[in-house]
Amino acid sequence: MKYTVDKKGFYGNYGGAFVPEMLFPNLDELEKNYNEIINDPSFQEDYNKLLKDYVGRPTPLYFAERMSEKYKCKIYFKREDLCHTGAHKINNTVGQILLAKRLGKKRIIAETGAGQHGVATATVCALAGIECVIYMGAVDIKRQAPNVARMKMLGASIVAAESGSKTLKDATNEAIRDWINNPITTHYIIGSVVGPHPYPDMVAKFQSIVSEEIKSQLYEKEGTESPDYLIANIGGGSNAAGLYYHYLEDEKVKIISVEAAGEGVKSGKSAATSVLGKTGIIHGSKTLLMQTKDGQIIEPYSISAGLDYPGVGPLHAHLLESKRADFMSITDSDAMLAGLEVSKLEGIIPAIETAHAFAAFKYLDFKPNEIIVVNFSGRGDKDLNTYIDYFNL
Amino acid sequence: MNRIDKKLREEGKLLSIYFTAGFPNLNDTADIIIKLQESGVDMIEIGLPFSDPLADGPTIQDSSMSAINNGMNTDILFNQLKDIRDKVSIPLIIMGYFNPILQYGVEKFCKKCNEIGIDGLIIPDLPIDYYLENYKSIFEKNKLYNMFLIAPQTSDDRIRKIDSISKGFIYMVSSSSITGSKNSFSSEQINYFERIEKMNLHTPRIIGFGVGNKETFNVTVNYSKGAIIGSAFIKNLHENGVDSIDSFIKSIR
Repeated sequence: MKYTVDKKGFYGNYGGAFVPEMLFPNLDELEKNYNEIINDPSFQEDYNKLLKDYVGRPTPLYFAERMSEKYKCKIYFKREDLCHTGAHKINNTVGQILLAKRLGKKRIIAETGAGQHGVATATVCALAGIECVIYMGAVDIKRQAPNVARMKMLGASIVAAESGSKTLKDATNEAIRDWINNPITTHYIIGSVVGPHPYPDMVAKFQSIVSEEIKSQLYEKEGTESPDYLIANIGGGSNAAGLYYHYLEDEKVKIISVEAAGEGVKSGKSAATSVLGKTGIIHGSKTLLMQTKDGQIIEPYSISAGLDYPGVGPLHAHLLESKRADFMSITDSDAMLAGLEVSKLEGIIPAIETAHAFAAFKYLDFKPNEIIVVNFSGRGDKDLNTYIDYFNL
Repeated sequence: MNRIDKKLREEGKLLSIYFTAGFPNLNDTADIIIKLQESGVDMIEIGLPFSDPLADGPTIQDSSMSAINNGMNTDILFNQLKDIRDKVSIPLIIMGYFNPILQYGVEKFCKKCNEIGIDGLIIPDLPIDYYLENYKSIFEKNKLYNMFLIAPQTSDDRIRKIDSISKGFIYMVSSSSITGSKNSFSSEQINYFERIEKMNLHTPRIIGFGVGNKETFNVTVNYSKGAIIGSAFIKNLHENGVDSIDSFIKSIR
């Protein structure tokens, strides 16, 4: 298996657990237990029940007829935007909250940027009746007031990260520091396929339901389990990991990962890690990240708060290096126009993160019979203000 | 013999000071080191600043950010230290997160340290097994000790393993916390100090994190060879400047 994590927690040259000794016991406990817990039939039963009755799975695989006509190929949307809380994020938090309960944890912490993962975490904590503390950059708290209110309604405490640039990267630092200070009582629910081993693998496994469902859904519609292309937007890379998971070893299925170019790859305001990143260590993982020549981490930029992470998960760094995935960088303006186009052609308003994946179509050429599955990772309600300001709606 | 070993063999308890290079001013580094030696400090950890210091509290986070904004980087630090051994004889350790060292090049970094007369490194986020597999020989070639951390949740087995591969001293983190958190010790911490002392490790232990005044220093050295003060020293430096170093050290012992 070329694209799964090895025994030491690496995907090829990337991954590992580069954390201070204080975190070693926490990660060791997770590492020793997570596979056993996840594979336990009674866990699977609980997990699948919640995915069905609470999250609303399976999500539809929808044939997008008018988009297909326009781009002269067969485009399917995997409708993760229809999940409870409006994005794929909850697949992971449902899994991790069940895991935390089995580990006997009494308190949950999480980081959030735009607030989507924070909401998904606060939601499952309410469901489980477990204390929830969300770290969020002070700057993001101001920018994302509706999601802050949602988390509060769900009973979570919000702690402002005042260090560094006061955004997602710093919220993640603060959550890790909290975990150092509370090693026994607390489980840290990371929101993407980032961080130290075993998080990238664990989060990918919880998101793998996306590609698992696509296999049977596509077979029903097209008589084949395998599309020609998979396209996903990528910040840390959790929706992409879910979309690719069961197809990684099937190299006939081509993969396109779409990252945020912000105002342009060379503008100095970008989050295009595949172009601008160099191998280094961020949040305990060896991966591609945006940094100065001295190794200081650079704050990225994208109009989409879910994509402005200065690194990518180690799986994605490996997929890029091994050429299993192609990467594309899409600017703010292309993404915004694509968001509008999908809304008008298909009657579904995408999250701006998701809109990046759709913007790729105008730069790609497909054959009429080729099947492309796009992960419709989230809905656009949370981005309405940004759309309003951008298009003077 | 490595200066660290030599110092550890001396009678009495050691006082070691951590400071962030490039703070409060970019070019204070050599001056701070010389003043620390003059005031009787036994050993110094020179902090190479990093933008995202996971194990550090607000004081060291802020001093790191100031140092980076002042323009500090690895080349400048090495340049500031190039003649330091003309004036300073106590052990000098560079402490920093792994990414800046990785970007500089681990081998080149170690070689530079050796040229300058650095005695060891403390890299909190470099995992032990990864070090043993990839860098041990480079460290040894450059006569550098790599000091490892233990913490209250570290298992006995792992402490034994760390003890068996350690050179110099074991950096014993006083509590499950980031740096600078507290200025007194709980009974739980004292139990931990006693538990580790009873393990009779080969490697001497120096206690750090949460040591910041005479009282906490005196308690920790009851259970170890010495103690490291970081955040409290940096706080004093921030408030009272480089000229207050001697009086700060005299307030500890």
